[in-house]
Order: sequence, then C-alpha cells, then structure tokens
Amino acid sequence: MKRVVITGAGTVNALGLSVAETFDAFREGRSGITALDFRDVDRLSIRIGGQIHNWEPEAHFNRQQIVLYDRFTQFTLLAARQAVEQSGLDFRGKYGLESGVVLGTAAGGVNTWDDNYRTVYEEGKNRVHPFVVPKLMNNAAASHVGMEYSLRGPTFTVATACASSNHAMGLAFQMVRSGMAPAMITGGSEAMLCFGGIKAWEGLRVMSKDACRPFSANRNGMVQGEGAAVFVFEEMKHAKARGAEILAEVVGFAMTSDASDIVMPSMQGAERAITGALKDAGLNPEQIGYINAHGTGTAANDKTECAAVAHAFGPHADRLMMSSTKSMHGHLIGGTGAVELLACILALREGVIAPTIGYEEPDPECALDIVPNVAREAKVDAVLSNAFAFGGLNAVLALRKV
Amino acid sequence: MNIRDEVLRIIAEQAVLDPKDVSPEMAPSDLGIDSLGLVEAIFAIEETFDVSVPFNANDPSASDFDISTVGAIIKAVEGLVAEKAAAEG
Repeated sequence: MKRVVITGAGTVNALGLSVAETFDAFREGRSGITALDFRDVDRLSIRIGGQIHNWEPEAHFNRQQIVLYDRFTQFTLLAARQAVEQSGLDFRGKYGLESGVVLGTAAGGVNTWDDNYRTVYEEGKNRVHPFVVPKLMNNAAASHVGMEYSLRGPTFTVATACASSNHAMGLAFQMVRSGMAPAMITGGSEAMLCFGGIKAWEGLRVMSKDACRPFSANRNGMVQGEGAAVFVFEEMKHAKARGAEILAEVVGFAMTSDASDIVMPSMQGAERAITGALKDAGLNPEQIGYINAHGTGTAANDKTECAAVAHAFGPHADRLMMSSTKSMHGHLIGGTGAVELLACILALREGVIAPTIGYEEPDPECALDIVPNVAREAKVDAVLSNAFAFGGLNAVLALRKV
Repeated sequence: MNIRDEVLRIIAEQAVLDPKDVSPEMAPSDLGIDSLGLVEAIFAIEETFDVSVPFNANDPSASDFDISTVGAIIKAVEGLVAEKAAAEG
C-alpha cells in the first residue's frame, strides 16, 4: 500500500476565484451568499445563493473552448489549472499514461440543458447548437481536464448527489494507494444556479429564503452554491523525491448506503461511514481534532449528523470541533465535498478552524462544538470530511498533517 | 368544486386509502403520510386550487399553514381559496 498526499489545490466558488481568497473568507467568517442574478429569477420563490457573480469565461478561455464548455466545466478547468500549476507535475510523458481524472458532479451541464430546453420549448425553435450533448454530459469536465494535461489513465465522473466529490476523491485516493495510478486529479464541480436548477429544488421545500444557519435552532433550510475545487493526489515517495510541497496526507475513506429512504438521512448509515473512515485510516477517534460537517442547515441533516458523530466518537465528540462551511459558500451539491476539503487543509496546515457562520440559537439536538461564527486557532493533526447524499449514500474522508 | 372533498381526495390518494376512510380528526402521520408524502400532497393542493401554500419541510409546525390534522388542512385551504377570491375581486 502506498501513501497518498495532496500536492496541488485549486478552486473557484462564491468566496473567491482561488484557494488563497477562499482561505481568507474562512478566516474572516465571510459569507458569499447573495441575491441570485440570472434570467427569470423573479419567477422563483428562492432568490439567494452562493453565486459566482464576477465570472468572465472570456478571461480564461478562447471562443472555441467556450462553445464546448458548460459553466461546470469552466469552473473545473480553472480550478484544475491552479491545482496542476501548484503541484508542478507534467503529465505529457509516460507519467500521464497511468494518471487520470475522477471528478464529482451531481448534474453536470444544467445551464446547457436549461438554455436549450428554453430554446425549443419556450421560444419554439426547432434547432439547437450542435455541441449541446458534449457540453452537458456529466463527464465533460473530467474529459476536458484530461485533454488539457494529457492524463491518459483511469478517467470518469461520479454522480452521487451531495456526496459526488467525496466519492470521487475517495476513489482517486484508493487508486493511488493501490498503485493503480501514480497520481490522480480529483475533486468536483457544480453549476446549478439557473432558473430550472433552482425551480426543481424549490419543489422539495427544503431551501431557505434568507440564510444558511447550520446547527442553529432557527435554521430553515439549505442555500445552494456553485463552483469547483480540484486537487492533485500523488504517491508520497514520488512527491518527496521531487521535493514537492505537501498540503496534507489522505489517510482513509469509507462509503456506506442507508438503503432506507430516498431523502431522509439515517444516523446509522452516517455513523458507519465515519467509523469506517477512521478504521481505514488506522486512526483512533481521539486523534480527530476537526470534522468538516455535511451541515446543510436542514432540520433533518443537522440533527442526524450530530447524533452520528456523538455515537461514533463517544466522549471525544465533546472535545472535537465540527463546522459547516456551507454557511459561507452554500451547498455546492456534487462539488461541495471538494470545496469543503479546503477547510480541512486550512485546519491541518495553518491551524485555523473555519467557523459555522449564521449561528444564532443553540439547538439541544446539535450540542457539539460547531465553532460558531468566528474562526478559531487550534492545532489539529487529523480531520474528517463528511458528505451524506440524497439516496442515502454516505462518503467520509480522513486527512492527516504531514 | 367542493374544497373539503377535493382535499380529502388528495390526502386519501397519498395515503392509498378510500376518501371515505379519511376523517378530519386524523393526523397525516396517522395515515402513514411521511414528510415526502406531505410535500407531494401540498403540491397537489397548489395545482388543484391554483394557490401557493406557505410550507417549509424543515419545520412544518412553524409554517403559517396548519397541517396538524386533515380538518386543519381543509380549513387552511379554504382560507387560501377565500384569500385568492378576495384578491381577484
């Protein structure tokens, strides 16, 4: 078994167009949730989100690229560019033959679906752009990253709703650990903030109209975000031999299925994923200093997640810190675990625990240290990142300081 | 359209029961209707009566729309339909 380290990270999300800007927002406890701005927003009852307002594709891509890149692919490519540059790796030779790309997205090119349905249904046109299919497909982002950097090994996309990125990163970790691939580009992306994307979510009546307040007694639902985060996972000896800067070590991963309900979470399923990740990592519960929570701000998730952590950790649950950064960047659905892994890296590398902002009232059913409103300095050596998806699919990653 | 009968029909359909087996004092949970079933029933009410029901699945009890019993739901729908008629003059 090989050891796996992270040697590159990149992101675009509502908090900034780089890892540095995102870290600053985490330190400041700054919210990126604003009024949504897109066509037909006045026909929605939910009008807030973690939207990237200053996005200019022309600043990053040429015309030929833009006609092929949905917004979720654009976000992915910019995040991947930052990650690969930071890693310093070159995949164009033999090294790229076995290195690949595994990314998560729940819904892929939603904007492309939305724009083109509008064209044929609302505007009554009978012709769409020839690249609609290659633009909207869920694997478009993974394939474009592969083409950009000559990654010719295992490459695919994972879609497990809100756990997509964690599943993707978990698989990438396993591939490098087993020796199947010397390095993998991994993470995830989502761009669902458009009329059709939000309209679909409104139907479930789990969205907040005013703010995302995870673990707060007065929480009233989730707030969506958009963006991407991408990482380079590399075999540790290779990274050390070339003197690469190591951001963190990935040490464990576990996935479970509730097999019980299509939307309601299960405490047992979440708990089994948490204990499974600890076991896979060879960590004792007492070694975990921080958990980046799934923490959606819905009534159901937050109390179930707190109960799962309390069961998995026993008395240590009261000593560890757990925060939900969705309060700042929103819920990036299939991309959320990737952006949240940044909070884990910030905790391990800089000893800064990103807060759960918007916290107003204690909830006896969420009685853990959720780092309310203000970031905290604390030395942590090992962390977990939780993701629990609709469909009852749970994926938890464990990271350690190097 | 009789509001009471229509609401009973919608709730009975969700509970997979005959409407005559649903009575006003019953709670949705008595009928085996879970949170997802409730969201679907409210959607059917909105479509049937062309109204917007104020309901957040995160905290059903905090919504203005009383869903504690079938009778309460019928009363709340009657209120929304009356409000709509008044607004349309």
